[in-house]
Amino acid sequence: MRDVAVIGVGCTKFGEKWACSFRDLFVEAGSLALKDAHLAGENIDAMYVGNMSAGRFIAQEHIGALIADYAGMATRHIPSTRVEAACASGGLAFRQAVIAVASGMEDIVVAAGVEKMTDVEPGISTDALTGAADREWEGFMGATFPGLYAMIAQDYMHRYPLTREQLAQVAVKNHYNGARNPIAQFQQEITIDTVIRSTMVAEPLRLFDCSPITDGAAAVIVAPLERAREFTDTPIRVLASAQASDTIALHDRRDISTLDASVVAGQRAFKMAKVTRKEIDMVEVHDCFSIAEICAIEDLGFCKKGTAGRFTADGETALGGKIPVNTSGGLKACGHPVGATGIKQVCEIVQQLRGEAGKRQIDGAKIGMTHNVGGTGATVAVHILGRV
Amino acid sequence: MSVARFWRKIPQRYNLLGTKCETCGRHFFPPRTFCPDCRRAGKIVDHKFAGSGTIVTYSVIHTASEQYEALTPYVIAIVKLDEGPQITTQIVCRPDHAKIGMRVKSVFRRIATDGESGIIHYGTKFVPVE
Repeated sequence: MRDVAVIGVGCTKFGEKWACSFRDLFVEAGSLALKDAHLAGENIDAMYVGNMSAGRFIAQEHIGALIADYAGMATRHIPSTRVEAACASGGLAFRQAVIAVASGMEDIVVAAGVEKMTDVEPGISTDALTGAADREWEGFMGATFPGLYAMIAQDYMHRYPLTREQLAQVAVKNHYNGARNPIAQFQQEITIDTVIRSTMVAEPLRLFDCSPITDGAAAVIVAPLERAREFTDTPIRVLASAQASDTIALHDRRDISTLDASVVAGQRAFKMAKVTRKEIDMVEVHDCFSIAEICAIEDLGFCKKGTAGRFTADGETALGGKIPVNTSGGLKACGHPVGATGIKQVCEIVQQLRGEAGKRQIDGAKIGMTHNVGGTGATVAVHILGRV
Repeated sequence: MSVARFWRKIPQRYNLLGTKCETCGRHFFPPRTFCPDCRRAGKIVDHKFAGSGTIVTYSVIHTASEQYEALTPYVIAIVKLDEGPQITTQIVCRPDHAKIGMRVKSVFRRIATDGESGIIHYGTKFVPVE
């Protein structure tokens, strides 16, 4: 197996981008990544595109070919493949690109993610997202996606010490980071009061516990590590790529408030990278809801089960803390264009490792991690990246 | 949900008809036709659940998708059936009445309507026992 490096990253601004079409979004992200890697389209050997639900959001399927076409690759006939795993589509697209290069089949591969969510009414996007869970036995009974995470939160708060204020602190911290990220959807700081006074969505989760509906795209370019210096002075090595699955429905899990797929993918990644948790300088976790970040940092082993609330309230996950979490602003403040999120996480870690993260830079960052969840934990992708 | 997609699961949705693996004795609801433990050595047969169980966790939904909007606020829960499996369902009770650990039993109720002229989806909800 060959070592793999990220040689370029690009990300659109995230938000409600009514003036941008699906095609505009991925062309912009792809161009930024190519420019960053000092590459032209003719150098690309293959593409993998993470996208959850273009069929529901813009009534368009066959996304692999569409993207290759509008990226100007139609006449070069490169293989272009759509990857779908709900909100983990981006993480899996990155993993497919890494596998393609590691195997020796391809050299220069684009991993992209894109979602255009605001072309449909909110009721339809809510319903489309419910498809990430079990449609017949969860969605049919009136369980919304926030409702499922709300049940995780109720279970967690019943069994472990977690106050309403500690849970709100996850969103407050992520908005603080988002306010320092020029591509973030929300660049305003908020207070605990903002969260606990916002509209109730699914008890105990309120509007500011939930990630928003977002348009956006992100792209990264991977290459064999031995060739990386041809394109960039700051290649970032992929130290581990891990993926795990679990039951599609939350009710079938061994434990409601532990995502076993996160635990397993995390363990596999640490083992593959041969690094310890203490060596991780920052991590992008999948905070689709505030409770999801609480579970994630425990499931990945950054703190003990039942202690993430205090860990967060004590500032250990903030920019200057023991393990900064979601320096990008996370899904909450940076936004969550579902298929693009897993790729955006890689972009953020790469920028941190190159020292290009501006006001949210972690000093001397050497190793970073990404954690991307599909549904309520039926798919998880974890990657570890390091400076060369 | 299309008529055929709803119709084919009517026995399961109306009567809590699940399955059971005769090899290992494990019960399944929602029904499975393949036992994850015994795999090909499993022998799956129908099993009608008694319809009593305990609330494992719940939430009160305030913002719902279109079909369920008229019901808000409503209680959804994961209920552990006495035979073992856990299911996602609605609890018919005052939103502030639901509690983790509460004993519940199944009732036949309307779940949702497919628009004004579409079919009416019926199924199983639960009510507090006491």
